[in-house]
Amino acid sequence: MARAAVLGRLSWRVGTVTALRDETATARTIVIDVPGWPGHLAGQHVDVRLTAEDGYSAERSYSIASTPANGQATSQTVELTVQRLADGEVSPYLTQILKVGYPLELRGPIGGWFVWDPAGPRAAAPVLLVAGGSGVVPLMAMIRERAAAGSRTPFRLIYSVREPGALLYADELARREQAGDGLEVRYVYTRTAPPGSGQPTGRIRAALLASAGWPPERSPAMFACGPTGFVEAAADLLVHAGHNPGAIKTERFGPSGGQS
Amino acid sequence: MSDYMDGNMLGGTLGELFSMDVTGATGTCVSCGASWAIAQARVYPHAPGMVARCPACDAVLLRLVRGPGRAWLDLRGVTCLQLAVPGP
Amino acid sequence: MGIVSPGFSGRRRSAGEKLPPGQYLVTDFPVLSAGPTPRVDTGAWELRITTETGQVHRWDWAAFRALPAEEPAVDIHCVTKWSKLGTHWRGVSLDTLLAGVKTSAGFATAKSYGGYTTNLPLADLVDGQAWVAFGFGGKPLEAEHGGPARLLVPHLYFWKSAKWLQGIDLSDHDTPGFWESLGYHNYGDPWREQRYWGD
Repeated sequence: MARAAVLGRLSWRVGTVTALRDETATARTIVIDVPGWPGHLAGQHVDVRLTAEDGYSAERSYSIASTPANGQATSQTVELTVQRLADGEVSPYLTQILKVGYPLELRGPIGGWFVWDPAGPRAAAPVLLVAGGSGVVPLMAMIRERAAAGSRTPFRLIYSVREPGALLYADELARREQAGDGLEVRYVYTRTAPPGSGQPTGRIRAALLASAGWPPERSPAMFACGPTGFVEAAADLLVHAGHNPGAIKTERFGPSGGQS
Repeated sequence: MSDYMDGNMLGGTLGELFSMDVTGATGTCVSCGASWAIAQARVYPHAPGMVARCPACDAVLLRLVRGPGRAWLDLRGVTCLQLAVPGP
Repeated sequence: MGIVSPGFSGRRRSAGEKLPPGQYLVTDFPVLSAGPTPRVDTGAWELRITTETGQVHRWDWAAFRALPAEEPAVDIHCVTKWSKLGTHWRGVSLDTLLAGVKTSAGFATAKSYGGYTTNLPLADLVDGQAWVAFGFGGKPLEAEHGGPARLLVPHLYFWKSAKWLQGIDLSDHDTPGFWESLGYHNYGDPWREQRYWGD
């Protein structure tokens, strides 16, 4: 396996916020400089720990949105895209209070299972990405990694959100798709479709997976990420469509989104 | 009732104990014999410790408690763990 | 302790003189669980107290609810550091349940529907220190908080107050329960901050 597979044990590190970018009205990308960062694989995550002055602390996991720099030399930069949850404890701080220059304690990179490696053994297999809401974050890291590595592996993303305003990375996805180098994106809107589009709203169904995904004969690698219910429904549909269950990898954010 | 997450979230704490990723390790449930990657286990995170359960039968696969300066790990729920090790 | 995150305060909480060391006061009621929430129908519910000689005392829901109940108002302390003061419960005292039970056992294991266990000295269950609670805040105890009935032992960390109580086994031997066998303190006194082994 490529870099970042064998690191020694994980421990907490302190990074510094160098930039903040609003992605939507309620989601923000945080750019963090982490001295000594060993690099990471697309799909991995970090644990973030916040500590109050009285010692009270809260931890949450966030997927890394960025790709390691061009797949070459290790970069010290880690980007997280955080969705603010109204009743959250950590996400309101990260999306509203955190400022450039603030420290942020994190542990990682974490995870060796839910990863896509352009230099890995099955790197040529077509890839299906199924994203529910903020579950698109680790899948975006895979899309960015694919581009940075110059990979031509065919990628299909099915991205489900409530309404167009909730889309993360909308412009970037459009730009990457228009590059015509093998990325295709299908959007699914569960509540409100773009005005004038005529697109029906609703959850992902078998017919959509058949038209926007890969047939089982292509033996795709499949990644599904989002809330628990979404991921389980998507995995069930894929198995029923005849896909190999062993090739379906899932990451659940839990009912609160996991990122709260 | 989907009030659980999955074994991916154990990676941080397990990563403090082991130098290799354990979430990709596969184990067989002692109760029902189904095989899973730790990442696929159902993890109930809101507890005094972390409990990972078999997605097929809900039996406890592993338990993990993190205390100050110590951690406790119980793997009795899996018959054996297969880990990928780089190199020959 | 990690580095301080400027401007972070977390969920509303405060420390106070009435709290055991290391605890924070919370305004909500966190739900902690090690597994799926058991859904137990009161029609099928049964509470068993089994003595060290194997004698079994049983109550079905009707028999249990026919017992005299009390309304303890108590402070509760979770080992994950949250505390709630003055929580209101309705339940049957263990003194009432044990009144007809002949035992010289020193130890008890509380067992839950779903497989959870926790152990404590029998002396900590009697003399007005413990209840089998079926009501919280003036309403029937919700499943996610341990309903139909849970053990309530407020003077120990709240992991000892087993949810979805199914039975109590009395024994001459002390057998560490679910968390006690994995690093958590065998007794668990919040005022002496007995969270982990060796504390």
